[in-house]
Amino acid sequence: MSLKEDLTRRKFIKYGAIAAGTLAMPSLALSKTPTELTMLSWYGQAEPDAVQEFEALHNVKIKQKYYVGGEQMLALLAQSPPGTYDLIHADAEYVQQLRRAGFLEKLDAQDYSFDDYFPEFQNFPLHWHENELYAVLSRFGFLGISHNLDAVSVKEASTYKVLWDERLKNKVGHFDWHLPNLGALSLHNGNAAPFDLDEQAWQALQAKAISLKPQIRGFYDYGGILSSLKSGEVTVMPGIGEWITGVLRRDGANVVTTIPEEGGLQFTESFSIGKGSEKAELARKFIQYISSPAGQFKQATLNVFPAIIPSKKGWQKMVDERPEDAKHLGISFKPGSSMDMIREGRIHIRQLPKQQSLEDWNDFWSEYKSS
Amino acid sequence: MNFLTRKALYSRALYGGIWAAPLPIWLTVFFLGPIILLVLLSFWNVKSFVLTPDFQFGNWVKILSANYFWISYFRTIAFASAAAIIVTLVALPCSLAISFFFSDKGRITLLSLFVIPFFTSYLVRIYSWQIYLTENGIISQLLGFFTIPFDSLLNTPFALILGFVTLTFPIVIVIQSISMLSIDKTLIDAAYNLGCNSRRVFHVVVLPAAKPGIVIGALFAFIFCFGDFVTPTYLGGGKYTTLSILIADTVKSGQQWPRAAVIAIMMIFTLLLVALSSIAFAYRKK
Repeated sequence: MSLKEDLTRRKFIKYGAIAAGTLAMPSLALSKTPTELTMLSWYGQAEPDAVQEFEALHNVKIKQKYYVGGEQMLALLAQSPPGTYDLIHADAEYVQQLRRAGFLEKLDAQDYSFDDYFPEFQNFPLHWHENELYAVLSRFGFLGISHNLDAVSVKEASTYKVLWDERLKNKVGHFDWHLPNLGALSLHNGNAAPFDLDEQAWQALQAKAISLKPQIRGFYDYGGILSSLKSGEVTVMPGIGEWITGVLRRDGANVVTTIPEEGGLQFTESFSIGKGSEKAELARKFIQYISSPAGQFKQATLNVFPAIIPSKKGWQKMVDERPEDAKHLGISFKPGSSMDMIREGRIHIRQLPKQQSLEDWNDFWSEYKSS
Repeated sequence: MNFLTRKALYSRALYGGIWAAPLPIWLTVFFLGPIILLVLLSFWNVKSFVLTPDFQFGNWVKILSANYFWISYFRTIAFASAAAIIVTLVALPCSLAISFFFSDKGRITLLSLFVIPFFTSYLVRIYSWQIYLTENGIISQLLGFFTIPFDSLLNTPFALILGFVTLTFPIVIVIQSISMLSIDKTLIDAAYNLGCNSRRVFHVVVLPAAKPGIVIGALFAFIFCFGDFVTPTYLGGGKYTTLSILIADTVKSGQQWPRAAVIAIMMIFTLLLVALSSIAFAYRKK
């Protein structure tokens, strides 16, 4: 049998199609491989409950690098080449430092659902510089006094004075970070701007903190706070909030956070696009997702800890679908909501110290811990 | 010396040198090298949270003039010394019993049992103490059963010492036992034959002969406790800032690795001083 007889036109087309299909297989398979998007964030932001929906929607795999403090985040960015992280998740007080260091891309406000946000968060000052946007607020929470209801009532926790109560000697705990603790004590000292202190107010704040030391049981990290509040080792903690008590309540602990009359603090989380990101478009889509009602609903109910969200539509979804969680977070369209507290001026945004250096506050915190 | 003899000597020296080489190589790569880096790092600077090579004394001045450093320094020495003394005293009767009152089989079994704690992570062992010491923990519930009021022992100096004992007790027992087992038993028999009672035999023969082991055991306990981070954090609740906690705090706040290096060098210097004086004391003839 000759080759000519054997290789008919039909056979040629058939085998040719098989060969072409086989050769195309790797690229077909490759096209299904998810695109990798890198994220530098606090723990929990890249867990499945937070990103799975977005990953499926855009065929993306988010590769996370978690940090454990704003200063570590800045150091990690400083040591990495531009473009290492497509998405940067940060607390508001660090956004301006990130911008100054040139770690952030400018954002276009038109790209995001700011119209769905409460007016207070449509132009959140710490995210803007000279009319340029650098970060989109994803969620926030209040910091006041977290307490065990079996030991301290809501009424008792309505003032920071309760921390000095003789009954609570050796029962007061600290989250081991100066900013929220000193901020809370600064509010107790009557400072309208708790992080903008002149020398006299700064000295008074230090004296106030030192006077609290005999009451202190310990200084804890995230895991330590959870276990100490749950076991009853500590019954009251200033400068923390629902990000702790919300998690503990899921586990059956009788703990809440009360915002004292002197006021509370607000922590604020946001997402930005890292400078030099080669996947800026995809990162933009992620931030769009986070600011959408569906993304906002997820942000409010993350497994790592619950938080308040800035989107009105997100609020509606929470009230409709998670009324109990919404109640604890102050997400309600009735009077007394968390937005009302902000509007009444009871909440102050957690910031870096204005008149002292961060080092001064760090040094004092070390001094305080050692005293 | 003829050529062949010289060659044999060289080859013998080479042979010995090759066998001895791993130790100096190990010490150079993993001790001397890092120490030199640490010393250099202590003169560097941190600019915008990034380490910058420099040669300035700012970090040394800052740390050595900080009140909180000296408070932590002397607190760490006090805790480590107290733990070393307590562990030594508690371990001594156990080591004596193991060395002099047990059969060979019993001794091996007991010493093996003291190695078992090392099979479990130290962190886990310390965490498990929390279950005993906390408000609603095992001790609290036991005492509550007998209507004895109980306040938590967590975050107290007692908890710290307990953690340090957990860390060092087995190793001190082993060191002391090895030291006592190597005592020449005929000396003890001779002391008895000369009319000494048990107490005098212990003071005049056993204790002086076992002194190097007892002192080295205490030194090991001191070294472990001096640099420990786990117990002060999880049983002390971070309330008693020790130097290891201070190093962690210094790195956390502003990424101050150079200042943390200063604290680490001070720790190494202190440990060297304690180790050299302990060894001198242990092997002093009189």
